[in-house]
Amino acid sequence: MTLADLNLVWPELMLAGGALLLLMVGAFRGKGGPAFDGLAMLVLLAAGVAAVLGGEGRGFAGGLIADNLSSFAKVAIYAASALAIPLGGGWLRARGDDKFEFPVLILLAALGMGMMASAGDLISLYVGIELHSLALYVLAAFRRDDARSSEAGLKYFVLGALSSGLLLYGASLIYGFAGSTHFDVIAASIQGQAHTGLLFGLVFLICGLAFKVSAAPFHMWTPDVYEGAPTPVVGFFAGAPKMAAMVLLARVLSEGFGTTVAQWHSIIVIVALASVFVGAFAGLAQKNLKRLWAYSSIANIGYALLGLAAGGEVGMQAMLMFMVLYMVDVTGFFACLGALQRGGKPMETVDDMAGLFKEQPGIALAMTAFALSALGLPPFSGFFAKVFVFKAALGAGLVWPAVLALVGSVVAAAYYLRLIKVMWFDPSTGPVETPPLTAKTIAIGAALFSFPVGLIALHWLEPLALAASAAFG
Amino acid sequence: MIGLTNYLAVAAILFTIGVFGIFVNRKNVIIILMSIELILLAVNINLVAFSVYLHDVVGQIFAMFVLTVAAAEAAVGLAILVTFFRNRGDIAVDDASVMKG
Repeated sequence: MTLADLNLVWPELMLAGGALLLLMVGAFRGKGGPAFDGLAMLVLLAAGVAAVLGGEGRGFAGGLIADNLSSFAKVAIYAASALAIPLGGGWLRARGDDKFEFPVLILLAALGMGMMASAGDLISLYVGIELHSLALYVLAAFRRDDARSSEAGLKYFVLGALSSGLLLYGASLIYGFAGSTHFDVIAASIQGQAHTGLLFGLVFLICGLAFKVSAAPFHMWTPDVYEGAPTPVVGFFAGAPKMAAMVLLARVLSEGFGTTVAQWHSIIVIVALASVFVGAFAGLAQKNLKRLWAYSSIANIGYALLGLAAGGEVGMQAMLMFMVLYMVDVTGFFACLGALQRGGKPMETVDDMAGLFKEQPGIALAMTAFALSALGLPPFSGFFAKVFVFKAALGAGLVWPAVLALVGSVVAAAYYLRLIKVMWFDPSTGPVETPPLTAKTIAIGAALFSFPVGLIALHWLEPLALAASAAFG
Repeated sequence: MIGLTNYLAVAAILFTIGVFGIFVNRKNVIIILMSIELILLAVNINLVAFSVYLHDVVGQIFAMFVLTVAAAEAAVGLAILVTFFRNRGDIAVDDASVMKG
C-alpha cells in the first residue's frame, strides 16, 4: 500500500470515519435526532462528491478499483442511502423507536456497498458483502420490541449467512483452481476450457450473489423479510443493496470470467427468466403490499439480469439504467407506504388502500405513478428502463428470453392494475392521517422523477451509464 | 500421504453437513448458527490447503479475514436471536410463522 492508494478510497475513508465519529457522538449524547440524521446525510453527500472527483485506477495491489462504473454506482448508492436516513428516522421517531444507531448503520451499509462496487479481488468482494450484510441484518431487526421485526431479522440473518457461506466456498474453489484472488489474474488463468473446479466455484459464487439480489430460485427470504422489517428500511433494502450486488456480479462475471462467457451465460438467462416468472405469478396471490412489492422486486431483478446476460457495453448500460430508474421508483413507493396510516394503524394491504384517492390525492397519484412505472407503461421511467433491457437482449440474440420476459411483465400488470383500481374506485373506509412532510416530499419528488423529470434526466443518465459500462467491452 | 484432495474432501464433507444442518434442522436456531460456523470452517480448510499447495500466502490471509468476519457475524446473529427470544419466549424455528413463508 502506498499513499497514492489512499487517493482512491476517499469515499470509503469518509464513510468509515464519519460512521465511527457519529457513533461516538451518539454514545455520549445518548440520543439521535434530526440534526444527527442531517450530519449522517452530509457525510454521505461528501462521500458522493469524493466518489465523483476522486482519482481513478487500481489500488491496494489490485484489490480495489476506482473507475467510471464504481463512481456511477457509488453516487446512486449513496443517494439512496441518504434518502433512507430522513425517511427511516422520521418513521421511527413517530413510533417512539428513535435510536441514534439508525443513521450509523445506514452509513456502514453504504460503506460496504461502495466497497462491493469497487471490489477488484475476492477478498474485498467478501469484506464488502459482509460489511453491508451485517448492517442490513440489524436494520431489519431494528424495532426490537416488535415480534415481526425481530423475526424478519432472524430469517434474513440465517439465509444471508448461508448465502455468504455458499459464496465463500465458491471463492475458495476459484482461488485454488485459478491460483489467485484477483479478477484479472483469474481471467488470465483460464486457457481455453476452464477447469471443472473453477466452474464449481463460479456456480457457488453466482448462487451466493443471486441470494443477495433475491433472484429466483434464491428469493424465498425476500417476502418474509420485507413484510416484517420496518417499512422505510424495506425501501432501502429494495434499492441500494441490489444495485451494489448487481454491479459486483457484473464485475466478477465480465472481469473475472469474461474469457468463459459460454459457461455462465445460460445460468444468468435461466435465473433471470425464473425471477421474472416467480415475481409475476407469485405476486398475483399477495394481499400485503410489502410482500407484493417483494415479488415485484424479484421480477425487476430478473429484467436487470437479462440486461447483464445480454453482455457487452450495451447490456451493462441497460442494466445500470434499469437499476437506477428502479431504485427511484421503489424508494418513492416505500416512502408512500411508510407515510400512510388510517385510524392509527399502518395501511399495509391492498384492501387498506381503498379510496385513497379521495383521502390523499397527492399520495395516491404518486403511488399510481410508481405502479404504472413498475408495470412498464409509457411515458413513465420504468418503460424506458425496460426498453433499454429488451433492446440489449434482442441485440445480443436473446429473442426467446426477451419474449418470455415480456409475457412475464404482462402477467405482473394484473397486480399493479388491481392496486390502482382499489385506490381510485373503491369506497373509502375512513379518513387517512396526514402523511409526514419528509415522506410526502420524497414520494412526490420520486413520482415527478418517474414522469416527467426522468425523461429529461435520461439525456444525461444515458451517456453516464455508457461511460460507466465502457470498461466492459 | 495426505495430499490436497484429502483436505478438499474433508472440507466438502463439512460444507455439506453445514448446509444440510441449516435445511434439515427445523428445531433450534443455535444449531443453525453452529451449521453456519461449520460452513465457514470448511471454507477455511479449503483456503489454507490451497494456500500451502500453491505456495501462496494470500489464501491464509483470506482465511484470517474469514475468521474475523465469522466472529462478527456470530455476534450479530446472537444479538438478533436475543431480541427474538425476548419477544416470543423461545427460539424454536417451527413457531417462527407470524409471517407465512
